[in-house]
Amino acid sequence: MLSREQLVHPAWLRATHWLNAIAVVLLMMSGWRIYDATAFLGFAIPQGITLGGWLGGAIQWHFAAMWLLGVNGLLYLALNLLSGRLLRKFFPLSLDSLLADVTSALRGSLAHDDPRHYNMVQRLAYLFVMADSVLLVVSGLVLWKSVQFPLLRELLFGYEGARRVHFVAMAALAAFAVVHLAMVALVPRTLLYMIRGR
Amino acid sequence: MAIKTTPRLAIDGDAVLKEAILRISHADGANHTTRRDFLRRSLTLGGLTMLTGCTLVDDNSVASALMRISRMNDDVQGWLFDPNRLAPTYPDAMITRPFPFNAYYGEDEIRQVEESGYRLEVTGMVADKRKLSLPELRAMPQIDQVTRHICVEGWSAIGKWGGISFAHFLRHIGADLHARYVGFKCADDYFTSIDMPTALHPQTLLTLSYDGQPLPPKYGFPMKLRMPTKLGYKNPKHIQAIFVTNTYPGGYWENQGYNWFGGS
Repeated sequence: MLSREQLVHPAWLRATHWLNAIAVVLLMMSGWRIYDATAFLGFAIPQGITLGGWLGGAIQWHFAAMWLLGVNGLLYLALNLLSGRLLRKFFPLSLDSLLADVTSALRGSLAHDDPRHYNMVQRLAYLFVMADSVLLVVSGLVLWKSVQFPLLRELLFGYEGARRVHFVAMAALAAFAVVHLAMVALVPRTLLYMIRGR
Repeated sequence: MAIKTTPRLAIDGDAVLKEAILRISHADGANHTTRRDFLRRSLTLGGLTMLTGCTLVDDNSVASALMRISRMNDDVQGWLFDPNRLAPTYPDAMITRPFPFNAYYGEDEIRQVEESGYRLEVTGMVADKRKLSLPELRAMPQIDQVTRHICVEGWSAIGKWGGISFAHFLRHIGADLHARYVGFKCADDYFTSIDMPTALHPQTLLTLSYDGQPLPPKYGFPMKLRMPTKLGYKNPKHIQAIFVTNTYPGGYWENQGYNWFGGS
């Protein structure tokens, strides 16, 4: 076990993590209300879990929270890169240890002795959520400004393609959040680390 | 597909709560209330309190903060807007058929504007304040374009509009091109306004035709302003009056909370 003095997460990481979490919740709930205006995938999301009340209100929330995710998300990525945390915590990746970690996770015996060390499943999950968030922001830019960002628009299969990419990336982020919260519930002290840092 | 969204009603949480308390106390005073009665009414009060809990997002300070951010987003969009960047155009084969109808009212309430008496009124910061007839407008140089119409609801459809370059029209009537806004008043009581850079964009058309035919009533006869660089609600139909101004004119949906710039 680690001593009380050892820091698991520095303050900048905790702050940006929680701000990202707030932004994602606001964006997701308001985004669901925006989706419901057409429900183009054939199902509607219950209004009770959406934000904004009506389409115009939901868009206002969405286009306010996007600044929080955009600015704070960039800060999160930049500090991770510049501090060397990204390289230190998430690399190298190894397929063998991934398979070993997945096997032990399924057997319920994945080690969590040192919270400062991420196992291969965690590394991939957190790297995935970073990449997925970038995809959400980029596809969101295409939906907002499809004329002004022609290169991004073409990369994401046009305006209609970007709509679907944005939705699927949202669903992947929601799936990550479910697993993430389940893991926190299984190992509750990780929540304390993310709040107090140690 | 039609816009059926009801504008959010502002609920005054305090007033609702006060009334609920008043009602309960009245009921209590008038009758010898049973415990069950009281509980039942408390439940109603609880429901109302929950309602005010929901209206956390309707709270005036939150609403005005969101509106301020939306106005800030107008500035950001004005800055992002490239007056020379063109929206993609498509071959005729890609036109969406039938092209969807959309308005703040249903398809059974489409306004019928008579061609004979119709005059387009031009006012505000223009040299030539006068009324233009449809034959006069049809005599001006016409262009066609096939572009994607993107609705604020998310859907999009490709259509073919023809008419007068709006930049050409504004110069023709001697509009002050340094003015900030161009506003529109429509025969269906709709109104909206746009920024001057978008008004002067090469793809902004004062359209008189749809798919080679005179603009049908459901697409806005006798004329619609078509901008592939803006969302659908920024494209007014049944235009009766155009005015050039420096005073922010707002719009039908914009005044209720839709973003004013509404650009793609």
